[in-house]
Amino acid sequence: MENHAHADAHDTGDHAAHAHHHEHPKLSFIEKYVFSMDHKVISKQFLFTAMFMALAAAIMSTLFRLQLAWPGHSFPVMHYFLGDKWAPGGKLDPNMYLGLVTIHGTIMVFFLLTGGLSGTFANLLIPLQVGARDMASPMLNMLSYWFFLIASVVMMISLYVETGPASAGWTIYPPLSALPQAMDGSKLGMTLWLSSISLFVVSSLLGGLNYIVTILNLRTKGMKMTRMPLTIWALLITAVLGVLSFPVLFGAAILLIFDRSFGTSFYLSDIYINGTALSQTGGSPVLFEHLFWFLGHPEVYIVIMPAFGIISEIMSVNARKPIFGYRAMIGSMLAIAFLAFIVWGHHMFVSGMNPFLGSVFVFTTLLIAIPSAIKAFNYITTLWKGNIIFNPQMLFVIGAVSTFISGGLTGIILADSALDVAVHGTYFVVAHFHIVMGLSAVLAMFGGVYHWFPKMFGRFMNKKLGYWHFWLTFICAYGVFLPMHFVGLAGVPRRYFNNDLYAPFEKLQHLNVIISIFAIIGVLSQVIFFVNFFYSVFKGPKSEQNPWNSNTLEWTTPIMPEHGNWPGELPVVHRWPYDYSKPGKGVDFIPQTVPMEEGEMDEGEHV
Amino acid sequence: MIKLLVYLAIVLAFILVFQLMRIYQLSAEVKGKHIGKADENDNRSQGIVMILFVLALFAGLIWLLFDVRGIMLPPAASDVGVTSDNVFLFNWIIIFIVFFITTFMLFYFPFKYKKTKDSKAYFYPHNDKLELIWTVVPSIALAVIIIYGLSLWAKMTGKPDDKAMVIQIYAKQFDFTARYAGADNTLGKSDYRLIDDGSNNTMGLDSTDEKGWDDVIAKGDIHIPVNTPLLFKCNAREVMHGVYFPHFRDQINCVPGITTEIHFTATITTDSMRRVTHDTAFDYVLLCNRVCGGGHYTMGSKVVVDSKEEFAAWMAKQHPHFSHLYDMHHKTAVATAMK
Repeated sequence: MENHAHADAHDTGDHAAHAHHHEHPKLSFIEKYVFSMDHKVISKQFLFTAMFMALAAAIMSTLFRLQLAWPGHSFPVMHYFLGDKWAPGGKLDPNMYLGLVTIHGTIMVFFLLTGGLSGTFANLLIPLQVGARDMASPMLNMLSYWFFLIASVVMMISLYVETGPASAGWTIYPPLSALPQAMDGSKLGMTLWLSSISLFVVSSLLGGLNYIVTILNLRTKGMKMTRMPLTIWALLITAVLGVLSFPVLFGAAILLIFDRSFGTSFYLSDIYINGTALSQTGGSPVLFEHLFWFLGHPEVYIVIMPAFGIISEIMSVNARKPIFGYRAMIGSMLAIAFLAFIVWGHHMFVSGMNPFLGSVFVFTTLLIAIPSAIKAFNYITTLWKGNIIFNPQMLFVIGAVSTFISGGLTGIILADSALDVAVHGTYFVVAHFHIVMGLSAVLAMFGGVYHWFPKMFGRFMNKKLGYWHFWLTFICAYGVFLPMHFVGLAGVPRRYFNNDLYAPFEKLQHLNVIISIFAIIGVLSQVIFFVNFFYSVFKGPKSEQNPWNSNTLEWTTPIMPEHGNWPGELPVVHRWPYDYSKPGKGVDFIPQTVPMEEGEMDEGEHV
Repeated sequence: MIKLLVYLAIVLAFILVFQLMRIYQLSAEVKGKHIGKADENDNRSQGIVMILFVLALFAGLIWLLFDVRGIMLPPAASDVGVTSDNVFLFNWIIIFIVFFITTFMLFYFPFKYKKTKDSKAYFYPHNDKLELIWTVVPSIALAVIIIYGLSLWAKMTGKPDDKAMVIQIYAKQFDFTARYAGADNTLGKSDYRLIDDGSNNTMGLDSTDEKGWDDVIAKGDIHIPVNTPLLFKCNAREVMHGVYFPHFRDQINCVPGITTEIHFTATITTDSMRRVTHDTAFDYVLLCNRVCGGGHYTMGSKVVVDSKEEFAAWMAKQHPHFSHLYDMHHKTAVATAMK
């Protein structure tokens, strides 16, 4: 593919491209594709790593969905993946069940939707859309990826240790996660989990600081803040959230490591286990919950913000219409980001914290519904009277808005402490956060891949396969999570290996079967994406310079830009990025580099 | 060997698919069609699929609502639970209205405004009035939701009834034990360092505290009286556990090192609920709802809501844990009174 890439760059016939190319000494293969400092290559590295991790996490979900639909049955596939120890005779071991749900959650939240989503699109889009040659510090950027890779490798290794991976749930609440006596998963597996996440935080901070500095300092001439595409706004806010909240997770993890290994009692108090009264007193597991969710809640916005950015950009381009309420979109993202830091307690209504504090968190949490509603209505109004082109990425972002609405609405129930206590920790919660956070972000991420594929690889993906991929994924997504709400409302707790404990749960079993069938089809549908992706990387039809007729700067570079992005001078920006179908113009798009005509108004400047 | 063949077959299948895609692409190029960008045919067909999808989604949801009748939780069986069900219903009505309207618009607009030969988009970058409306209207709706919800929360977590019967729920891997506070309605002290499974002091009760001498530890099912305010004090031995009463719509964690509390009044006896649900085998349940180790899914207790008379009869059959101390104390008290 890279050979073609060269050819494409030269095909543009831009003399400056040649001149620029010769300025650089020839890089070795290792420098260019492995330890690369080019943000575009790093972006692809993040994407490939995240795709691999997501595949692993998706297989895990199939395995535990098999168990939940047909508990106690023997499945050869279970034995194939887990072997004699964890699936003797093809029957899943209850400890491994907890291991699978824990690692599935960890990978999906951190490695796919944080590292993968931000890593891929912040790296690709920030320099290209603000008009910079690279990140502020390409070196830190490279390190960010390598820490991410090491974290991924450590997390995968933890699956293979004798006592099994971390199994205390992805939230790893102590004392369960702190006491190796409490479960096998809290032995070496938990040590590796904590090591992996600590490395992940380092990666996230290196990346995040870089994104912020680049956006604030390296914008090209004319790229005022009010002319930045919403993708950049979203990625900027995401990075700020990450930089402020991830260190707290790091602190929480360090204290947990101390409790586990050095006899401290930050989270431990009055514990009697395996015939021994431990000497630790005075600590509190609730402290861990506070620290964890102080990251954990901003984390869900770290996941969804880049999705907002991607949705805004793709929807505007494919509706051939400016995003409705550009300023309101920025304002609502800032409001969400601010509120994100004062709502963490809504995860802790049953933790035993002071109920009055609970009321405060109810109030702040429900406030978030207001900027979220603004976003949803603005997206719908962007579609209204548009001129909509059904490229695959457009389907994905419409799907993402749909899941954001559906999942966001059930959030109203969970934000209400008095109602939360009725469904806390049930499948209702699982359904809610998978729809609102997981699906919205995954669908937007797929949309982003289809949309910027020509920029990454100089080729198109096959649209027909894109349609099949979208509809199968989307139908299965609702097929999985719509019935799951009812399983939760019926009182079934999550993280149960089977539901034998309470006989009336048997009446819900057909719903579990429906969910699992949709889940398995949904995971298998991703084969369509993988085939389409890898085929198109090598053999897809070649792209033009601006395949979707977009306004943003990334499409003013050569098809496959070299390191440095623009062969000659950096582009100069004259207008906001959403001049689509502006009245009185011959074309339905006006790139940001086109100077304003006399008397023309810049909509980004509107107050 | 068979595995190898399977792998080989998979590799060949991928090669086949790649070749088919290649052929498809070449034939499309010959016909002058673009296989990466949507054309008007795609807009038309995908627009129709959008409408079909949204109708199927609504149909699926409505089917589910009918399908789950009778298999969901029965009506709430506690005082707070009854209000909780009302607040739920109120929120669900708002949620369903917003869901149907916004979701329909979201899928209908792409269908309606798909790009055709001569279609144009309407340049509509903002409208302050509209944006104000959909800031203010949700704000008002949310204010109502917050006030309604918090008024119930205040009732749930406010001061318990002075006469509420105190029951300790003690959670350990992987079972619950209930301790009733006895005649003085005060639980005796306990200390985790006194726990000794061998000598049957599984909760670490302190025998020097007189208040604990009349405490009753119930083995097996947890019995509670109907229409009596109850105050549950929850503790955990080694890791966090969750006290989850789905039928009473209430829940709290058990946390090592601290005591957490919930209080409510059960309003329907097990027998009455069996008649309500037409299920003679119906029972209330207490479930552990905080992952606590490999046996988490086995951790729960049957809960029996007795009439007040049944409960008194059941309690009369129980013996205080420190029955020897209790009896001695009782005798001394009687002797003192006689003097």
